[in-house]
Amino acid sequence: MEFLVIQSLNGLASASSLFLVASGLSIIFGVTRIVNFAHGSFYMLGAYIAVTIIAAIGGQDALGFWTGILLAALIVALIGALVEVVILRRIYAAPELFQLLATFGVVLMIQDITLAIWGPEDKLGPRAPGFRSFVMIMGSRFPSYELFLIVVGPVVLLALWLLFNRTRWGTLVRAATLDREMVGALGVNQRLLFTSVFMFGSFLAGLGGALQLPREAVTLHMDLAMITEVFVVVVVGGLGSITGAYLAAVLIGLVHAFGIVLFPKSTLVLAFLVMAIVLVVKPYGLLGRKPSGHAARGQAIPEPLLSPADRPTKLLGAAVLAVLILLPPFLGDYGVTFMTELVIFALFAASLHFVMGPGGMHSFGHAAYFGLGAYGAALAVQWLAAPMAVGLLISPLAAGLAGLLFGWFCVRLSGVYLAMLTLAFAQIAWATAFQWVEITGGDNGILGVWPSEWAKPKLVYFYLALALAGAGIMALRHLIFSPFGFALRASRDALLRAEATGLNVQQLQWAGFTIAAVLAGLAGGLFAFFKGSVFPTYLSIPKSVDALLMVLLGGVQTVSGPIAGAFVFAGLEEQLVRITAYWRFVLGLIIVLLVMLFPKGLAGSVLAWRERQSGDRS
Amino acid sequence: MRLDRRHFVAGSAAALALPTLVQAQGAPPIRIGEINSYTAQPAFLRPYRNGWELAVEQINAAGGVLGRKLETVFRDDGGKPEDAVRLAGDLINAEKVDLLAGGFLSNVGLAIADFANQNKRLYVASEPLSDALVWGKGNRYTFRLRPSTYMQAAMLVEEAAKLPAKRWATVAPNYEYGQSAVKWFKELLKAAKPDVEFVAEQFPALGRIDAGATVQALEAAKPDAIFNVTFGADLINFVRQGNTRGLFEGRLVASMLTGEPEYMDPLGAETPVGWIVTGYPYQDIATPEHTKFREAYRARFNDYPRLGSVVGFDTVMAIAAAITKAGTTDNEKVIDAMKGLKFMSAFGPVEFRAIDHQATLGAYVGRTAVKDGKGVMTNWRYADGAKYLPSDDVVKTLRPQ
Repeated sequence: MEFLVIQSLNGLASASSLFLVASGLSIIFGVTRIVNFAHGSFYMLGAYIAVTIIAAIGGQDALGFWTGILLAALIVALIGALVEVVILRRIYAAPELFQLLATFGVVLMIQDITLAIWGPEDKLGPRAPGFRSFVMIMGSRFPSYELFLIVVGPVVLLALWLLFNRTRWGTLVRAATLDREMVGALGVNQRLLFTSVFMFGSFLAGLGGALQLPREAVTLHMDLAMITEVFVVVVVGGLGSITGAYLAAVLIGLVHAFGIVLFPKSTLVLAFLVMAIVLVVKPYGLLGRKPSGHAARGQAIPEPLLSPADRPTKLLGAAVLAVLILLPPFLGDYGVTFMTELVIFALFAASLHFVMGPGGMHSFGHAAYFGLGAYGAALAVQWLAAPMAVGLLISPLAAGLAGLLFGWFCVRLSGVYLAMLTLAFAQIAWATAFQWVEITGGDNGILGVWPSEWAKPKLVYFYLALALAGAGIMALRHLIFSPFGFALRASRDALLRAEATGLNVQQLQWAGFTIAAVLAGLAGGLFAFFKGSVFPTYLSIPKSVDALLMVLLGGVQTVSGPIAGAFVFAGLEEQLVRITAYWRFVLGLIIVLLVMLFPKGLAGSVLAWRERQSGDRS
Repeated sequence: MRLDRRHFVAGSAAALALPTLVQAQGAPPIRIGEINSYTAQPAFLRPYRNGWELAVEQINAAGGVLGRKLETVFRDDGGKPEDAVRLAGDLINAEKVDLLAGGFLSNVGLAIADFANQNKRLYVASEPLSDALVWGKGNRYTFRLRPSTYMQAAMLVEEAAKLPAKRWATVAPNYEYGQSAVKWFKELLKAAKPDVEFVAEQFPALGRIDAGATVQALEAAKPDAIFNVTFGADLINFVRQGNTRGLFEGRLVASMLTGEPEYMDPLGAETPVGWIVTGYPYQDIATPEHTKFREAYRARFNDYPRLGSVVGFDTVMAIAAAITKAGTTDNEKVIDAMKGLKFMSAFGPVEFRAIDHQATLGAYVGRTAVKDGKGVMTNWRYADGAKYLPSDDVVKTLRPQ
């Protein structure tokens, strides 16, 4: 009994920290529809800035300490405003999720800026004056600061409720969450509203970070650790619902607190299991409502109809292929391995594009299928002593089966909920690879997955990868312009009309999802034999994000986009790492600039430019 | 990393001047390809790189190796083993390096080691602790400098076995290093003291410890003593919650790596007192070779060395010694020279064992204390790595022959 009470209190304390950050993210998403990856970075900045301020003004007394916390949150709010005004404001009209790309660029930049300013060492913040010690609860010592946090959560919840229900600004925010075009049409200054909402959300993130000082270390890894947890909380609670976010934070906090007692080795996966279960049972989260207004219409702007390549594009494609075939023999070993990697990534990105573009299903967890393909091949080699050919057959099969299983659940959802469910499944797959040590080797991975003798020369393997990846990409292209592809796009653009014409939308999407998984699995298998080893990182969030970046960078609405995106993104990263120690900053900056200059993606912008040209001529 | 302007300018000038300098001398430099997780693990790897560069400068100032200068090509794997493999290919094929070195995370080290085996190229692993690197997945081409998980656990077991504690609880990050450390600690302690029992184990995810709940779960088991493997941010959170909740009062704690300045310094005045730890009391080690190293480091970087600095420094010294012994940079001959290679580290004489390619570099074992608001080690002694390895017969069963 005593243990239950104390552990519940521990869960509630963590819940308050989660809630502060999650509420900000939820508010920002509700109004701007931006999935703000940089929210975790604002949280981290809040903590770092608070450490510095409190040290500077001498936070030994209560006044100094709490002033420091508040100042830090305000500074983060200003940084948030800066990001919104300089970057995001310019790209609200871009396709959905494109802003996500920009915020990811911001994440990379803030990581390196923080490292440059505060250095690599972890920091331990001061304890809070007045809350330095503990109180006795049922015979156990319980930190008083944790009690303070337990109170902070509901207090902030109440304050937010008052703000949103009793002030004009709050009413506007709620209205914009429901239908922002309508709010704009009624004469509300949208720019100001968006900036102020973004500022306010950032303030909450900064406050959440600053309030962590007395209980947690300040580190360079806080940002990404927090953002995944907070995504879970926001989605479980229901996007845009503040009360839901609090309930979800409590749920996740308690699951953690008791999970470590019941399943001490499975802490990684618990939160995502909860999310998967909640989304399967309640597709819009605990307190979320089915979106109406602009949110229900989905795509901010209608997607242009994909058209088969015209003559110049075909010629360009043929030229690129010719270069890919003819150039490598003259490149030397390293050039060849680099090209091999690009070709494999192109297939990976193309498979994600298939499910995102024509399929209209955003996936945040596509690495699951890439990784399961790689593990399928590696496990076959390790446990069945299978040759490479068999391994390469097993990888799409394994990924396809996973796609079949996960897809069945995913296609029942839409929008960001679907995306988060894909993420949950990917995390479950990742945690399995990570923790089922006897079979998968855990984080040390599986080594010695080298190609068969005949394919060992790097050039031969390149051509093998080119042939398989090329065939995969061509198959996807073919599918997009087949009746199946048209039906898939009809389901995306006009759900009701598609159903009215007798299309079984869910089955179509399920098939599309599985096909994408199969080809991602093939890419994973090729990657496994190419690297000679597989690791849980192949299924991890960063791999999914990489694929997402490639597709978005290239342009979702073009068929050639993902290929261009894969080449540009992987190529950039590879080159930057060689040039500068601050490659994350430069990469982030380039991503942000590309997003602002080419809001349709690289290939999309080229197409648009060509259309304008031909339009001028006629 | 602290760089004053003078050093910065001097360093840049040296970097710019180096290629021409070398060409002027005629002999091409010996090139080392170094791969590490610089952006993912900066706290450990910045001091490491300083130590590395200090060693290279010292060797080159003394005329280089075999009359040739040493030159390093650094690469950042970002903590991703698959990228490390690509970079290893880059270093060998495009940069034409003579050998590979580096690695911090165990999976990155294992990936490079497997690559080295496949491509038949020497790889001197500096940091990765995984036992698999020299045992389960050991190969002809891979050598490892740092004392492994097994060795560090064995050092702590020696002390833990002297304690009266019978009921032990463990807390370790949930990945290979944490799991192996707990496995060895349990196995070795039970062998040394059959009446101990393990009453609780916690495996928080690396970097994600829910410290309050973890402390409470350990407390609930009422152990006599705790074996801790967490480090970095997890350790800080664990210590703060444990201090407030009284977990450590009246309990003995044996703790891996906690005495290393990288992990102890951030704890400051909250460093727990009386823990048995492995680490590096840089202030107090007064052997001539260490004093020389420490003062050179201080003069060069205006900072004190961390354990990473020692590892970086010693890796270069080991490589230089191997090439000198081989009398050539021929890959296979240097590998033969590495087997049984004796060289002088900052901690004293060290040997790369021929039987499993593990170096006998040791660690310092002592108790934690707080002095002037900083964590320090007291009552420490040097535990020579050679004494904390299993017998040759056991090693032969662990390593593929």
